[in-house]
Amino acid sequence: MTTFYEPRQLVSPGTLLAEGNYQPGFNVYRDDGKYYASMVGLVDIRNNVISVIPLRGCYIPQPGDLVIGKVVECISTAWMLDIRSPYQGVLFASEFLSKPLNPLKEEARRYLDVGEMVVATVMAFDRTRNPSLTARDHGLGKIHRGTVIDVDFTRVPRIIGKKGSMITMLKKETGAQILVGQNGRVWISGKSRDEEAIIAEAIRKIELEAHTTGLTDRVREFLVSKRR
Amino acid sequence: MSESKIERLISEDGIRCDGRRLDEIRPIKFQLGVLKNTDGSAYVEWGRTKILVGVMGPRESHPKHLALSDKARVEAYYRMASFSVEEWKSPAPSRREVELSKVIREALEPAIFVEFFPRTSIDIFIEVLQADGSTRCASISAASLALVDAGIPMRDLVASIAVGKVEGKLVLDVQDKEDKAGESDMPMAYMPSKNAVTLLQMDGQITHEEFMQSIELLKKGCMEVYRKQKEAIESHFKGAVSNGEEA
Repeated sequence: MTTFYEPRQLVSPGTLLAEGNYQPGFNVYRDDGKYYASMVGLVDIRNNVISVIPLRGCYIPQPGDLVIGKVVECISTAWMLDIRSPYQGVLFASEFLSKPLNPLKEEARRYLDVGEMVVATVMAFDRTRNPSLTARDHGLGKIHRGTVIDVDFTRVPRIIGKKGSMITMLKKETGAQILVGQNGRVWISGKSRDEEAIIAEAIRKIELEAHTTGLTDRVREFLVSKRR
Repeated sequence: MSESKIERLISEDGIRCDGRRLDEIRPIKFQLGVLKNTDGSAYVEWGRTKILVGVMGPRESHPKHLALSDKARVEAYYRMASFSVEEWKSPAPSRREVELSKVIREALEPAIFVEFFPRTSIDIFIEVLQADGSTRCASISAASLALVDAGIPMRDLVASIAVGKVEGKLVLDVQDKEDKAGESDMPMAYMPSKNAVTLLQMDGQITHEEFMQSIELLKKGCMEVYRKQKEAIESHFKGAVSNGEEA
Protein backbone atom coordinates (compact mmCIF):
# COMPACT_ATOMS: atom_id res chain seq x y z
CA MET A 1 0.00 0.00 0.00
CA THR A 2 1.72 3.13 -1.21
CA THR A 3 0.47 6.52 -2.21
CA PHE A 4 2.46 8.82 -4.42
CA TYR A 5 0.66 12.04 -3.65
CA GLU A 6 -0.22 13.98 -0.53
CA PRO A 7 -3.82 15.02 0.09
CA ARG A 8 -4.65 18.39 -1.54
CA GLN A 9 -1.91 18.07 -4.16
CA LEU A 10 -2.81 18.97 -7.72
CA VAL A 11 -3.03 16.06 -10.15
CA SER A 12 -3.99 15.67 -13.80
CA PRO A 13 -5.60 12.77 -15.71
CA GLY A 14 -3.35 9.72 -15.94
CA THR A 15 -1.39 10.52 -12.78
CA LEU A 16 -0.57 7.40 -10.79
CA LEU A 17 -1.98 8.05 -7.32
CA ALA A 18 -1.54 4.83 -5.39
CA GLU A 19 -0.94 1.11 -5.47
CA GLY A 20 -2.40 -1.57 -3.26
CA ASN A 21 -5.47 -2.00 -1.14
CA TYR A 22 -7.53 1.12 -1.70
CA GLN A 23 -11.02 1.97 -2.89
CA PRO A 24 -11.45 4.19 -5.91
CA GLY A 25 -13.67 7.19 -5.12
CA PHE A 26 -14.77 10.03 -7.40
CA ASN A 27 -12.66 10.76 -10.49
CA VAL A 28 -10.28 7.90 -9.84
CA TYR A 29 -10.05 4.68 -11.81
CA ARG A 30 -8.30 1.40 -11.20
CA ASP A 31 -6.17 -0.35 -13.75
CA ASP A 32 -4.14 -3.45 -12.93
CA GLY A 33 -4.17 -2.80 -9.18
CA LYS A 34 -3.08 0.80 -9.61
CA TYR A 35 -5.12 3.92 -9.06
CA TYR A 36 -5.01 6.80 -11.48
CA ALA A 37 -6.66 10.22 -11.55
CA SER A 38 -9.15 10.77 -14.37
CA MET A 39 -9.66 14.51 -13.87
CA VAL A 40 -7.67 17.55 -12.98
CA GLY A 41 -8.17 18.21 -9.29
CA LEU A 42 -6.92 17.81 -5.75
CA VAL A 43 -6.14 14.46 -4.16
CA ASP A 44 -8.36 13.41 -1.27
CA ILE A 45 -7.71 10.28 0.82
CA ARG A 46 -10.25 9.33 3.49
CA ASN A 47 -10.37 5.87 5.12
CA ASN A 48 -8.68 4.14 2.21
CA VAL A 49 -10.92 5.80 -0.37
CA ILE A 50 -8.92 7.81 -2.88
CA SER A 51 -10.76 10.53 -4.77
CA VAL A 52 -9.93 13.60 -6.77
CA ILE A 53 -11.84 16.78 -5.96
CA PRO A 54 -12.46 18.17 -9.45
CA LEU A 55 -11.44 21.68 -10.44
CA ARG A 56 -13.33 21.59 -13.73
CA GLY A 57 -16.31 19.66 -14.93
CA CYS A 58 -20.03 19.54 -15.48
CA TYR A 59 -22.82 18.59 -13.13
CA ILE A 60 -23.92 14.95 -13.25
CA PRO A 61 -27.23 14.40 -11.41
CA GLN A 62 -27.28 12.15 -8.33
CA PRO A 63 -30.50 10.93 -6.72
CA GLY A 64 -31.36 13.18 -3.78
CA ASP A 65 -29.59 16.28 -5.11
CA LEU A 66 -31.35 19.61 -4.74
CA VAL A 67 -31.28 21.37 -8.09
CA ILE A 68 -32.63 24.57 -9.58
CA GLY A 69 -33.95 24.05 -13.10
CA LYS A 70 -35.14 26.34 -15.85
CA VAL A 71 -38.10 25.22 -17.96
CA VAL A 72 -37.07 24.86 -21.61
CA GLU A 73 -39.95 22.82 -22.99
CA CYS A 74 -43.54 22.00 -22.08
CA ILE A 75 -44.82 18.63 -23.23
CA SER A 76 -48.38 17.40 -22.62
CA THR A 77 -47.92 16.17 -19.05
CA ALA A 78 -44.34 17.05 -18.23
CA TRP A 79 -41.72 19.78 -18.42
CA MET A 80 -38.13 19.56 -19.58
CA LEU A 81 -35.76 21.48 -17.32
CA ASP A 82 -32.30 22.75 -18.04
CA ILE A 83 -30.28 21.77 -14.98
CA ARG A 84 -26.84 22.80 -16.31
CA SER A 85 -25.96 19.20 -17.02
CA PRO A 86 -25.50 17.22 -20.26
CA TYR A 87 -28.91 15.71 -19.50
CA GLN A 88 -32.16 17.67 -19.23
CA GLY A 89 -34.32 16.97 -16.20
CA VAL A 90 -37.88 15.67 -16.62
CA LEU A 91 -40.50 17.00 -14.26
CA PHE A 92 -43.77 15.09 -14.63
CA ALA A 93 -47.00 16.90 -13.85
CA SER A 94 -47.72 14.39 -11.09
CA GLU A 95 -44.45 15.41 -9.43
CA PHE A 96 -45.32 19.09 -9.52
CA LEU A 97 -49.08 19.55 -9.14
CA SER A 98 -51.12 18.20 -6.29
CA LYS A 99 -53.90 17.15 -8.66
CA PRO A 100 -53.78 15.14 -11.89
CA LEU A 101 -53.36 17.12 -15.10
CA ASN A 102 -55.63 16.22 -17.98
CA PRO A 103 -53.80 17.24 -21.17
CA LEU A 104 -57.10 17.21 -23.10
CA LYS A 105 -58.60 19.89 -20.90
CA GLU A 106 -55.72 22.09 -19.93
CA GLU A 107 -52.23 22.90 -21.04
CA ALA A 108 -49.16 22.18 -18.94
CA ARG A 109 -47.82 25.66 -19.58
CA ARG A 110 -50.68 27.18 -17.64
CA TYR A 111 -48.88 26.02 -14.50
CA LEU A 112 -45.27 26.30 -15.59
CA ASP A 113 -44.12 28.16 -18.66
CA VAL A 114 -40.85 28.19 -20.56
CA GLY A 115 -38.23 30.31 -18.78
CA GLU A 116 -39.63 29.84 -15.28
CA MET A 117 -37.43 28.44 -12.52
CA VAL A 118 -38.17 25.46 -10.32
CA VAL A 119 -36.54 24.11 -7.19
CA ALA A 120 -36.61 20.31 -7.34
CA THR A 121 -34.78 17.22 -6.20
CA VAL A 122 -33.46 14.41 -8.38
CA MET A 123 -35.53 11.25 -7.88
CA ALA A 124 -33.70 8.83 -10.14
CA PHE A 125 -30.97 8.90 -12.71
CA ASP A 126 -28.98 6.12 -14.38
CA ARG A 127 -27.74 7.87 -17.54
CA THR A 128 -29.86 5.65 -19.80
CA ARG A 129 -32.84 7.96 -19.34
CA ASN A 130 -32.99 11.61 -18.45
CA PRO A 131 -33.03 12.37 -14.72
CA SER A 132 -36.52 12.51 -13.25
CA LEU A 133 -37.19 15.32 -10.83
CA THR A 134 -39.76 15.93 -8.15
CA ALA A 135 -40.97 19.23 -6.73
CA ARG A 136 -43.57 17.84 -4.35
CA ASP A 137 -41.59 17.99 -1.12
CA HIS A 138 -41.64 20.81 1.38
CA GLY A 139 -39.71 23.84 0.19
CA LEU A 140 -39.68 22.76 -3.42
CA GLY A 141 -41.62 24.18 -6.36
CA LYS A 142 -41.81 27.14 -8.65
CA ILE A 143 -39.71 30.22 -7.88
CA HIS A 144 -41.92 33.32 -7.72
CA ARG A 145 -39.52 35.95 -6.51
CA GLY A 146 -35.86 36.74 -6.01
CA THR A 147 -32.78 36.29 -8.19
CA VAL A 148 -31.22 33.14 -9.61
CA ILE A 149 -27.53 33.18 -10.50
CA ASP A 150 -25.35 30.58 -12.21
CA VAL A 151 -22.10 29.62 -10.49
CA ASP A 152 -19.29 27.21 -11.32
CA PHE A 153 -20.52 23.82 -10.17
CA THR A 154 -17.10 22.90 -8.74
CA ARG A 155 -17.42 25.87 -6.36
CA VAL A 156 -20.70 24.72 -4.83
CA PRO A 157 -19.02 23.03 -1.81
CA ARG A 158 -17.17 26.29 -1.11
CA ILE A 159 -20.35 28.39 -1.24
CA ILE A 160 -21.92 26.02 1.28
CA GLY A 161 -18.72 25.83 3.35
CA LYS A 162 -17.59 23.35 5.94
CA LYS A 163 -20.72 22.05 7.67
CA GLY A 164 -22.60 24.90 6.00
CA SER A 165 -20.48 27.61 7.63
CA MET A 166 -20.41 29.94 4.63
CA ILE A 167 -24.09 29.73 3.73
CA THR A 168 -25.13 30.07 7.38
CA MET A 169 -23.02 33.22 7.65
CA LEU A 170 -24.49 34.65 4.44
CA LYS A 171 -28.04 34.08 5.67
CA LYS A 172 -27.30 35.45 9.14
CA GLU A 173 -25.56 38.59 7.90
CA THR A 174 -28.20 39.48 5.34
CA GLY A 175 -31.42 37.93 6.58
CA ALA A 176 -32.13 36.80 3.05
CA GLN A 177 -33.30 33.40 1.90
CA ILE A 178 -30.54 31.63 -0.04
CA LEU A 179 -30.79 28.22 -1.68
CA VAL A 180 -27.78 26.56 -3.30
CA GLY A 181 -28.59 23.96 -5.94
CA GLN A 182 -26.05 21.17 -6.37
CA ASN A 183 -26.09 21.91 -10.10
CA GLY A 184 -24.45 25.30 -9.67
CA ARG A 185 -27.44 27.60 -9.40
CA VAL A 186 -28.18 29.81 -6.44
CA TRP A 187 -31.54 31.35 -5.61
CA ILE A 188 -31.42 34.53 -3.53
CA SER A 189 -34.54 36.12 -2.12
CA GLY A 190 -33.93 39.29 -0.15
CA LYS A 191 -35.85 42.38 0.88
CA SER A 192 -34.88 44.31 -2.24
CA ARG A 193 -33.23 43.92 -5.62
CA ASP A 194 -30.22 45.87 -4.37
CA GLU A 195 -29.74 43.54 -1.45
CA GLU A 196 -29.93 40.54 -3.76
CA ALA A 197 -27.31 42.14 -6.01
CA ILE A 198 -24.96 42.53 -3.04
CA ILE A 199 -25.38 38.87 -2.07
CA ALA A 200 -24.81 37.86 -5.68
CA GLU A 201 -21.61 39.88 -5.66
CA ALA A 202 -20.52 38.17 -2.45
CA ILE A 203 -21.14 34.77 -4.04
CA ARG A 204 -19.08 35.80 -7.08
CA LYS A 205 -16.31 36.70 -4.65
CA ILE A 206 -16.49 33.25 -3.05
CA GLU A 207 -16.37 31.66 -6.50
CA LEU A 208 -13.30 33.67 -7.48
CA GLU A 209 -11.37 33.24 -4.25
CA ALA A 210 -12.51 29.70 -3.50
CA HIS A 211 -9.01 28.47 -2.78
CA THR A 212 -7.99 31.08 -0.22
CA THR A 213 -8.05 30.79 3.55
CA GLY A 214 -10.13 32.98 5.85
CA LEU A 215 -12.65 33.55 3.09
CA THR A 216 -15.68 33.37 5.37
CA ASP A 217 -14.38 36.32 7.40
CA ARG A 218 -13.53 38.33 4.32
CA VAL A 219 -16.97 37.78 2.82
CA ARG A 220 -18.51 38.85 6.13
CA GLU A 221 -16.45 42.04 6.09
CA PHE A 222 -17.53 42.61 2.49
CA LEU A 223 -21.20 42.32 3.44
CA VAL A 224 -20.76 44.62 6.45
CA SER A 225 -19.01 47.24 4.32
CA LYS A 226 -21.79 47.12 1.72
CA ARG A 227 -24.52 47.49 4.31
CA ARG A 228 -23.62 51.07 5.10
CA MET B 1 12.23 17.36 -61.96
CA SER B 2 15.80 18.34 -61.44
CA GLU B 3 16.37 19.94 -58.07
CA SER B 4 19.78 21.24 -57.26
CA LYS B 5 20.53 20.81 -53.59
CA ILE B 6 22.01 24.11 -52.63
CA GLU B 7 20.85 24.07 -49.04
CA ARG B 8 21.40 20.94 -47.01
CA LEU B 9 18.91 20.16 -44.25
CA ILE B 10 21.41 18.51 -41.95
CA SER B 11 24.96 19.78 -41.57
CA GLU B 12 28.09 17.62 -41.32
CA ASP B 13 28.07 17.71 -37.53
CA GLY B 14 24.40 16.70 -37.27
CA ILE B 15 22.73 20.07 -36.81
CA ARG B 16 19.44 20.68 -38.60
CA CYS B 17 18.51 23.72 -40.67
CA ASP B 18 16.89 25.45 -37.68
CA GLY B 19 19.79 24.73 -35.34
CA ARG B 20 18.32 21.70 -33.59
CA ARG B 21 20.06 18.43 -32.91
CA LEU B 22 18.60 15.32 -34.60
CA ASP B 23 16.65 14.29 -31.49
CA GLU B 24 15.72 17.74 -30.28
CA ILE B 25 12.13 19.01 -30.28
CA ARG B 26 11.05 22.55 -31.09
CA PRO B 27 10.15 24.92 -28.25
CA ILE B 28 6.58 24.09 -27.19
CA LYS B 29 4.28 26.37 -25.23
CA PHE B 30 0.83 25.19 -24.11
CA GLN B 31 -1.80 27.38 -22.53
CA LEU B 32 -5.15 26.31 -21.09
CA GLY B 33 -8.43 28.14 -20.71
CA VAL B 34 -7.97 30.76 -23.42
CA LEU B 35 -11.59 30.89 -24.67
CA LYS B 36 -14.69 32.06 -22.83
CA ASN B 37 -17.53 30.51 -24.79
CA THR B 38 -16.27 26.93 -24.79
CA ASP B 39 -16.31 24.38 -21.97
CA GLY B 40 -12.57 23.89 -22.32
CA SER B 41 -9.84 25.32 -24.52
CA ALA B 42 -6.12 25.25 -25.16
CA TYR B 43 -3.63 27.08 -27.34
CA VAL B 44 -0.28 25.76 -28.47
CA GLU B 45 2.76 27.31 -30.05
CA TRP B 46 4.89 24.48 -31.35
CA GLY B 47 7.84 26.13 -33.02
CA ARG B 48 6.13 28.18 -35.70
CA THR B 49 2.99 26.03 -35.64
CA LYS B 50 0.11 27.78 -33.84
CA ILE B 51 -3.13 26.00 -33.01
CA LEU B 52 -6.24 26.90 -31.03
CA VAL B 53 -8.52 24.16 -29.69
CA GLY B 54 -11.98 24.52 -28.16
CA VAL B 55 -14.04 21.72 -26.61
CA MET B 56 -17.80 21.76 -26.19
CA GLY B 57 -19.52 19.12 -24.13
CA PRO B 58 -20.48 16.67 -22.94
CA ARG B 59 -23.78 18.11 -24.14
CA GLU B 60 -26.98 16.83 -25.64
CA SER B 61 -26.28 15.24 -29.00
CA HIS B 62 -27.67 17.04 -32.03
CA PRO B 63 -29.08 15.76 -34.33
CA LYS B 64 -30.55 13.31 -31.86
CA HIS B 65 -30.56 10.27 -34.14
CA LEU B 66 -26.75 10.33 -34.19
CA ALA B 67 -26.53 9.93 -30.42
CA LEU B 68 -25.06 6.64 -29.23
CA SER B 69 -27.00 4.82 -26.54
CA ASP B 70 -23.95 3.44 -24.74
CA LYS B 71 -21.35 6.19 -25.01
CA ALA B 72 -20.65 9.78 -25.88
CA ARG B 73 -20.12 10.66 -29.52
CA VAL B 74 -16.73 12.28 -29.95
CA GLU B 75 -16.29 14.50 -32.98
CA ALA B 76 -13.19 16.43 -34.01
CA TYR B 77 -13.23 19.29 -36.49
CA TYR B 78 -9.75 20.04 -37.81
CA ARG B 79 -9.65 23.22 -39.87
CA MET B 80 -6.85 25.24 -41.33
CA ALA B 81 -7.22 28.99 -41.58
CA SER B 82 -6.81 30.42 -45.06
CA PHE B 83 -3.72 32.31 -43.91
CA SER B 84 -2.15 29.33 -42.12
CA VAL B 85 0.02 28.22 -45.04
CA GLU B 86 2.32 30.04 -47.43
CA GLU B 87 -0.06 29.75 -50.35
CA TRP B 88 -3.64 30.78 -49.64
CA LYS B 89 -5.71 27.81 -48.56
CA SER B 90 -9.25 27.55 -49.86
CA PRO B 91 -11.69 27.94 -46.95
CA ALA B 92 -13.71 24.96 -48.16
CA PRO B 93 -13.04 21.76 -46.19
CA SER B 94 -10.43 19.76 -48.05
CA ARG B 95 -10.00 16.00 -48.22
CA ARG B 96 -6.99 16.35 -45.96
CA GLU B 97 -8.93 18.21 -43.27
CA VAL B 98 -11.70 15.62 -43.23
CA GLU B 99 -9.15 12.84 -42.95
CA LEU B 100 -7.19 14.55 -40.19
CA SER B 101 -10.42 15.19 -38.26
CA LYS B 102 -11.10 11.47 -38.27
CA VAL B 103 -7.54 10.54 -37.37
CA ILE B 104 -7.44 13.03 -34.49
CA ARG B 105 -10.79 11.83 -33.15
CA GLU B 106 -9.56 8.25 -33.19
CA ALA B 107 -6.36 9.23 -31.44
CA LEU B 108 -8.24 10.97 -28.61
CA GLU B 109 -11.27 8.74 -28.11
CA PRO B 110 -9.38 5.87 -26.39
CA ALA B 111 -8.26 8.34 -23.71
CA ILE B 112 -11.75 9.63 -22.92
CA PHE B 113 -14.18 7.78 -20.64
CA VAL B 114 -16.88 8.01 -23.30
CA GLU B 115 -19.01 5.40 -21.51
CA PHE B 116 -19.59 7.89 -18.66
CA PHE B 117 -21.79 10.08 -20.83
CA PRO B 118 -24.10 7.97 -22.99
CA ARG B 119 -26.30 9.85 -25.49
CA THR B 120 -24.21 13.01 -25.33
CA SER B 121 -21.66 14.44 -27.71
CA ILE B 122 -18.23 15.94 -27.17
CA ASP B 123 -17.06 18.27 -29.93
CA ILE B 124 -13.42 19.21 -30.39
CA PHE B 125 -12.83 22.21 -32.64
CA ILE B 126 -9.27 22.61 -33.89
CA GLU B 127 -8.25 25.77 -35.71
CA VAL B 128 -4.79 25.80 -37.24
CA LEU B 129 -3.71 29.43 -37.32
CA GLN B 130 -0.22 28.85 -38.64
CA ALA B 131 1.12 25.58 -40.03
CA ASP B 132 4.75 24.57 -40.00
CA GLY B 133 4.63 20.80 -39.91
CA SER B 134 3.33 18.33 -37.29
CA THR B 135 -0.05 20.05 -37.09
CA ARG B 136 -1.77 16.77 -36.34
CA CYS B 137 0.62 16.07 -33.47
CA ALA B 138 0.24 19.56 -32.07
CA SER B 139 -3.55 19.33 -32.48
CA ILE B 140 -3.79 16.05 -30.58
CA SER B 141 -1.54 17.27 -27.76
CA ALA B 142 -3.42 20.56 -27.42
CA ALA B 143 -6.84 18.91 -27.75
CA SER B 144 -6.12 16.59 -24.84
CA LEU B 145 -5.36 19.66 -22.73
CA ALA B 146 -8.59 21.30 -23.86
CA LEU B 147 -10.43 18.14 -22.79
CA VAL B 148 -8.78 18.37 -19.37
CA ASP B 149 -9.86 22.00 -19.16
CA ALA B 150 -13.43 20.97 -20.01
CA GLY B 151 -13.38 18.56 -17.05
CA ILE B 152 -13.95 15.48 -19.17
CA PRO B 153 -12.71 12.32 -17.42
CA MET B 154 -9.74 10.78 -19.20
CA ARG B 155 -7.45 7.80 -18.75
CA ASP B 156 -4.36 9.83 -19.55
CA LEU B 157 -3.18 12.82 -21.53
CA VAL B 158 -2.40 12.05 -25.14
CA ALA B 159 1.01 13.30 -26.22
CA SER B 160 1.97 13.22 -29.85
CA ILE B 161 5.05 13.83 -31.97
CA ALA B 162 6.51 12.81 -35.35
CA VAL B 163 9.78 11.31 -36.51
CA GLY B 164 11.00 11.79 -40.06
CA LYS B 165 13.81 10.54 -42.23
CA VAL B 166 15.75 13.36 -43.75
CA GLU B 167 18.86 12.86 -45.86
CA GLY B 168 19.15 9.32 -44.55
CA LYS B 169 18.94 10.29 -40.87
CA LEU B 170 16.09 9.95 -38.39
CA VAL B 171 15.00 13.29 -36.97
CA LEU B 172 12.56 14.03 -34.13
CA ASP B 173 9.74 16.57 -34.49
CA VAL B 174 9.59 17.20 -38.22
CA GLN B 175 8.98 20.73 -39.41
CA ASP B 176 7.42 21.70 -42.71
CA LYS B 177 10.67 22.07 -44.67
CA GLU B 178 11.97 18.68 -43.54
CA ASP B 179 8.61 17.05 -44.13
CA LYS B 180 8.49 18.23 -47.74
CA ALA B 181 12.10 17.31 -48.56
CA GLY B 182 12.39 14.24 -46.35
CA GLU B 183 12.05 10.59 -47.31
CA SER B 184 9.59 9.60 -44.62
CA ASP B 185 7.29 10.97 -41.92
CA MET B 186 5.87 9.01 -38.99
CA PRO B 187 3.54 10.65 -36.45
CA MET B 188 2.59 8.88 -33.24
CA ALA B 189 0.13 9.64 -30.43
CA TYR B 190 0.85 8.00 -27.11
CA MET B 191 -0.60 7.71 -23.62
CA PRO B 192 2.60 7.54 -21.54
CA SER B 193 1.23 6.26 -18.24
CA LYS B 194 -0.67 3.47 -20.04
CA ASN B 195 2.15 2.80 -22.51
CA ALA B 196 -0.53 2.77 -25.21
CA VAL B 197 -0.24 4.03 -28.77
CA THR B 198 -3.44 5.63 -30.10
CA LEU B 199 -2.15 6.80 -33.47
CA LEU B 200 0.64 5.57 -35.69
CA GLN B 201 0.92 6.61 -39.29
CA MET B 202 3.73 6.52 -41.80
CA ASP B 203 4.41 7.61 -45.31
CA GLY B 204 7.59 7.22 -47.34
CA GLN B 205 9.95 4.31 -46.95
CA ILE B 206 12.13 3.19 -44.06
CA THR B 207 13.74 -0.09 -43.14
CA HIS B 208 12.56 -2.36 -40.33
CA GLU B 209 15.57 -1.36 -38.27
CA GLU B 210 14.85 2.34 -38.77
CA PHE B 211 11.24 1.70 -37.80
CA MET B 212 12.28 0.20 -34.46
CA GLN B 213 14.63 3.12 -33.84
CA SER B 214 11.86 5.55 -34.75
CA ILE B 215 9.52 4.03 -32.18
CA GLU B 216 12.09 4.55 -29.42
CA LEU B 217 12.68 8.11 -30.59
CA LEU B 218 8.91 8.77 -30.74
CA LYS B 219 8.39 7.51 -27.19
CA LYS B 220 11.17 9.77 -25.96
CA GLY B 221 9.66 12.72 -27.82
CA CYS B 222 6.17 12.00 -26.50
CA MET B 223 7.51 11.92 -22.94
CA GLU B 224 8.94 15.39 -23.46
CA VAL B 225 5.62 16.67 -24.81
CA TYR B 226 3.84 14.96 -21.89
CA ARG B 227 6.04 16.82 -19.44
CA LYS B 228 5.23 20.12 -21.13
CA GLN B 229 1.52 19.30 -20.98
CA LYS B 230 1.72 18.58 -17.26
CA GLU B 231 3.64 21.79 -16.67
CA ALA B 232 0.92 23.72 -18.51
CA ILE B 233 -1.80 22.11 -16.38
CA GLU B 234 0.11 22.88 -13.20
CA SER B 235 0.71 26.52 -14.08
CA HIS B 236 -2.92 26.99 -15.09
CA PHE B 237 -4.42 25.44 -11.98
CA LYS B 238 -1.76 26.29 -9.38
CA GLY B 239 -3.87 29.21 -8.16
CA ALA B 240 -6.60 26.74 -7.33
CA VAL B 241 -4.54 24.54 -5.03
CA SER B 242 -6.82 24.74 -2.08
CA ASN B 243 -5.78 25.46 1.43
CA GLY B 244 -9.15 26.78 2.46
CA GLU B 245 -11.99 24.96 4.16
CA GLU B 246 -14.40 22.90 2.14
CA ALA B 247 -17.52 20.92 2.79
